[in-house]
Amino acid sequence: MAEIPVATTEDRDILCVEGLSLSFGGLAALTAVDLSVRAGSITGIIGPNGAGKTSLLNCISGFYKPQSGRVSFDGRDVSRVAPDRRAALGIGRTFQNVALFEGMSVLDNVKLGAHARLRSGILATMAMTPGARREEMRLREEVENEVLDFLEMEHLRHRTVGSLAYGLQKRVDLARALAMRPRVLLLDEPVAGMNEEETEDMARFILDVQEERGVTVVLIEHDMGVVMDLCDRIAVLSFGERIALGTPAEIACHPEVIRAYLGEEAA
Amino acid sequence: MLIGNYKETYAADEAILRTPATRVWTVVALGAALAFPFLAGDYLLYLVNLMGVLAIGALGLNILIGFTGQISLGHAAFMGIGAYGTAILASRFGLPFWITIPAGGALACAGGMVVGVPSLRVKGLYLAIATLAAQVILEWVFTNWTSVTGGIRGINVAPASILGFPLDTDTRIYFLILGVAVLHFVLATNLRRSRWGRAFVAVRDRDVAAEIVGVNLFRTKILSFMVSSYYAGIAGGLWVYFTKVLTPENFPLSLSIQFLAIVIVGGLGSIPGTVYGTVFMTLVPEMLKAGTGLVRGVWPDAQSYLFPLRDVVFGLLIVVFLIFEPHGLAEVWNRVKRFFSLWPFAK
Ligand SMILES: Nc1ncnc2c1ncn2[C@@H]1O[C@H](COP(=O)(O)OP(=O)(O)OP(=O)(O)O)[C@@H](O)[C@H]1O
Ligand SMILES: [Mg+2]
Repeated sequence: MAEIPVATTEDRDILCVEGLSLSFGGLAALTAVDLSVRAGSITGIIGPNGAGKTSLLNCISGFYKPQSGRVSFDGRDVSRVAPDRRAALGIGRTFQNVALFEGMSVLDNVKLGAHARLRSGILATMAMTPGARREEMRLREEVENEVLDFLEMEHLRHRTVGSLAYGLQKRVDLARALAMRPRVLLLDEPVAGMNEEETEDMARFILDVQEERGVTVVLIEHDMGVVMDLCDRIAVLSFGERIALGTPAEIACHPEVIRAYLGEEAA
Repeated sequence: MLIGNYKETYAADEAILRTPATRVWTVVALGAALAFPFLAGDYLLYLVNLMGVLAIGALGLNILIGFTGQISLGHAAFMGIGAYGTAILASRFGLPFWITIPAGGALACAGGMVVGVPSLRVKGLYLAIATLAAQVILEWVFTNWTSVTGGIRGINVAPASILGFPLDTDTRIYFLILGVAVLHFVLATNLRRSRWGRAFVAVRDRDVAAEIVGVNLFRTKILSFMVSSYYAGIAGGLWVYFTKVLTPENFPLSLSIQFLAIVIVGGLGSIPGTVYGTVFMTLVPEMLKAGTGLVRGVWPDAQSYLFPLRDVVFGLLIVVFLIFEPHGLAEVWNRVKRFFSLWPFAK
């Protein structure tokens, strides 16, 4: 099946965060954060440690429940939708500290990403009805062709995830998210802890996902090189507030951003 | 030594019996199983029948605990639900076993669904207590709902029969137990390799990540409880036709603990381990009995002192395995196999 290149950034917001506030006890992790993400774009979220970046992704994927504000996906308010339903709607994500199923094979981890798309009921799978068998085989082919081949990890398919090097685990995490066939992909520090070569590979994968599959990407990253290279727009968080939003060029010379970063260094 | 089984297609790679060797061994094992009752003595046959019934129940508990990471101390009571369902349908309505046993399974499954509900909110110790409550309540119901269960007098059930041919001896019932057990082990193997098996393990390993990749925690846990108690119910139904009499004390808490011991000793999450665990845990009390027989000459009261030790031994085995061999006998067996597959190159 040939991949049809999809035009990049569309003129439409696929993801909208409005007035999102989240606090833990007395600590305000997010304060009235707004963010809108163009369909087909790559949006970066940067900010010092503890700025609330991961918390923001957690609110979007439904793992954290914000005290106020709303999240809408593709024009639909998903604020009250459970995390697994949001995944089924097309919000995929990876984790800052890879949250894989370590005892399972790479293949099973990736197949799990497709869980919500599969239809076989539990009785059908136990009896291994022809329908259930066909679905499983189709899944296997799909995972091999669309994900493992794409991420150059077919040779690892039967490896136990826990036995893989950290950089590869990050790749499995991406693979699992891709198996969800997401429309928006949330990546939490995809190149953290990687060497230069792994970083380049990962950056290329992210670009390919966006360009070839038309997936909208939101990524948190501390590696400024990667952020500046990949992103169409960048949002800056500091102490839970979105202090800036703009193109990479705008962000690079934004006075508040420079202050937030220098402030962090001085501290 | 098996090396380089190159799998040409994904279908072959996904098949259950992947290598010619496993296929051959499967056939050999089935042949041996069919010949067994004609070669074994009465007592051994009785024990093996018992193991067959317990293995099905234990497999259900392993699906719940080993696959899904949920605990239950009420497994024996679910077996009781299946047993009573089967016995009542058979004795009052004269239905045949191929209806009563699945119906007992379905009834237990419904019970499991209800008891599984708290699993969304509570985990670990609290879930253990909730399921313990189910065990106590159900035992009470078995004893006191006399009009239905026959109370402590119990229910007598006629032997199962196929087209008028009664399965009234241990040899004959053996084949029923064997067939049902093989079927349910195959079903569980399929399950383990399917989207639901993966979801079960995902919920066990990291429920947060499972939910975020699209696994509905509640539905998955409930399904696991349902499958688990369905297995218990099937075991209960077979038990009825095996013993032909059913009383409330057949399904005490100590049987729930025994199931737990089987699963832990055999290997959490291991399907073959469930068999090893069942065999081992059925033989332990036998060895205790044999032990008391040996010392009877010098210590005539041994029986009365040592027999209660059974539960202590089960408890000890659970603890010892959890600490020293958390993957159970299945892992021990894997080590043995690895040793021999490399032998004589390994020392
Ligand atoms: N589950 C939680 N319970 C309590 N506090 C939390 C929780 N999650 C996040 N926080 C707090 O919220 C603030 C924002 O954390 P968050 O993880 O979103 O930061 P971040 O921008 O992702 O940081 P980093 O760059 O280090 O990953 C921090 O002060 C953190 O301690
Ligand atoms: Mg973070």
